[in-house]
Amino acid sequence: MTETAPHPELHDFPTARLSVERVTKTFETQGGLVTALQDVSISIREGEFVCFVGPSGCGKSTLLNIIAGLEKPDSGQALINGTPITEPGRDRLVMFQEHALFPWLDVIGNVMFGLKQKPNLNNRERLEVAKYYLYLVKMDNFAHANIHELSGGMKQRVALARSLAPNPKILLMDEPFSALDAMTREQLYGDIQDIWQKRKKTIIFVTHNVREAVCLGDRVLLFTPHPGRIREEFAVNLPRPRNINDHDLADISQRITAALKGYHQAGECD
Amino acid sequence: MKNTTQTLLFFLLLILIWAGVTGDLSFLGIDCTLWSPYVLPSPSLVAQYLWDNTVNGKLPLSMLITLKRLLIGYVIGLLIGVPLGMLAARFTCVRNTVGVLGLGFQGLPSVCWVPLACIWFGQTEAALLFVVIMGTLWSVLLSTENGIRNVPPIYARAARTMGSSPLHTLLFVTLPASAPFVVSGMKQGWAFAWRSLMAAEIYVSVVSGFGIGQYLHYGRELQRMHQVVGVMFIIILVGLLADKLLFSPAELWLHRRWGTARD
Repeated sequence: MTETAPHPELHDFPTARLSVERVTKTFETQGGLVTALQDVSISIREGEFVCFVGPSGCGKSTLLNIIAGLEKPDSGQALINGTPITEPGRDRLVMFQEHALFPWLDVIGNVMFGLKQKPNLNNRERLEVAKYYLYLVKMDNFAHANIHELSGGMKQRVALARSLAPNPKILLMDEPFSALDAMTREQLYGDIQDIWQKRKKTIIFVTHNVREAVCLGDRVLLFTPHPGRIREEFAVNLPRPRNINDHDLADISQRITAALKGYHQAGECD
Repeated sequence: MKNTTQTLLFFLLLILIWAGVTGDLSFLGIDCTLWSPYVLPSPSLVAQYLWDNTVNGKLPLSMLITLKRLLIGYVIGLLIGVPLGMLAARFTCVRNTVGVLGLGFQGLPSVCWVPLACIWFGQTEAALLFVVIMGTLWSVLLSTENGIRNVPPIYARAARTMGSSPLHTLLFVTLPASAPFVVSGMKQGWAFAWRSLMAAEIYVSVVSGFGIGQYLHYGRELQRMHQVVGVMFIIILVGLLADKLLFSPAELWLHRRWGTARD
């Protein structure tokens, strides 16, 4: 028997370059005006894996939301393949810190949600695509499970499949593993690198965990708060797949942590 | 199984006590009759009434009339209450106006609407429907609003990034996410609708059909207490059946899906 050809949708590997040009964003809080981002510019290549790292309040999640189109900058702009971003879109999917899975749908129903918004696919094709992504995140045996029956790590795997299924150009990950235990996280580091290489996405990964950033990113951008801006950039040229317990990886993390402490002690952030 | 047995035994005991104090067990030599049948009719009298009037078709017909009124009023109440609740959750101005009105009217037993309904609509079906709608609408509105406001905002954010339009998000994300609240509101609305209709039928006698509540009213007028108690049984039965057939399956599904089931 010949293997049935997978759906052409699965042979499509869209990706995008991204640029952020002089973005400033302030928030009004009870303590007064907070500058979440001041004059931030970045350029991200097609298929690049970039990590935003920094202490809380440094604007890294705000920048992610601006790229997602969920928030608007006060000035400056974010562009995808040269087109300004004005609203959320299927080409940039977000994976949140909390899984944000819909409890009224089962696992496959959640993965199908984004696919159903996608034209040019019939329901059989959507199901096929959804099953493929569940297989990719190793959750194919749980297609009809209820969300509350899954562990934290499994929920994030399903959330990952749901974000990947509509085949976005860019995957935006907002501290997706921060609520998980260390063992589960380490497994997911391996899986996410594997999936990134298979699906060739541009990925932006926000975290406050320096090691995690070095383990995953081609580049690590270090943010500092008050006002939020990018202070330093670190290229990570280690071979993949990377192990978070690797020596060289630890060395780079050490350097970044030291840099962060330097800014901290200079009283430039608290 | 154990639960059912407990329930059945309890009700058997109640009926036995009832039979004892109304003289139905005199054939066993147990006769501790406390009240005359005009005060408390015996189970056999009530059963006889229910049987006769079921066989001759009077009760089934009035059930049909009553259930039709209930269903129409309830559905209209839902059709107005759910969208208004959604608007109240979404817009502060609706919450500050209609929302507060709902809070006030929900505390008003809907039988209070009967005098006005009779003046406005006369002794008609419309008067009955109006009272049922007033009983349903406000509690459905309030629980829908509460349900939607309890939906974590992250669901809508996630949906929007997946290309869901605002209307699509409302219908396929916010509404299902608020289902546990909306269903309990619908259940409460159903209970209120049922109470309202009984009150309305007792007070408003319309020529367009003799409902269950009207049988209860005439039972009282004619001192036929076995009729009154028989109709009370039917009212209880309808309430129980609606709960078991309509709402229990929905609630069970929600509990399983959301993971809130206790047993």
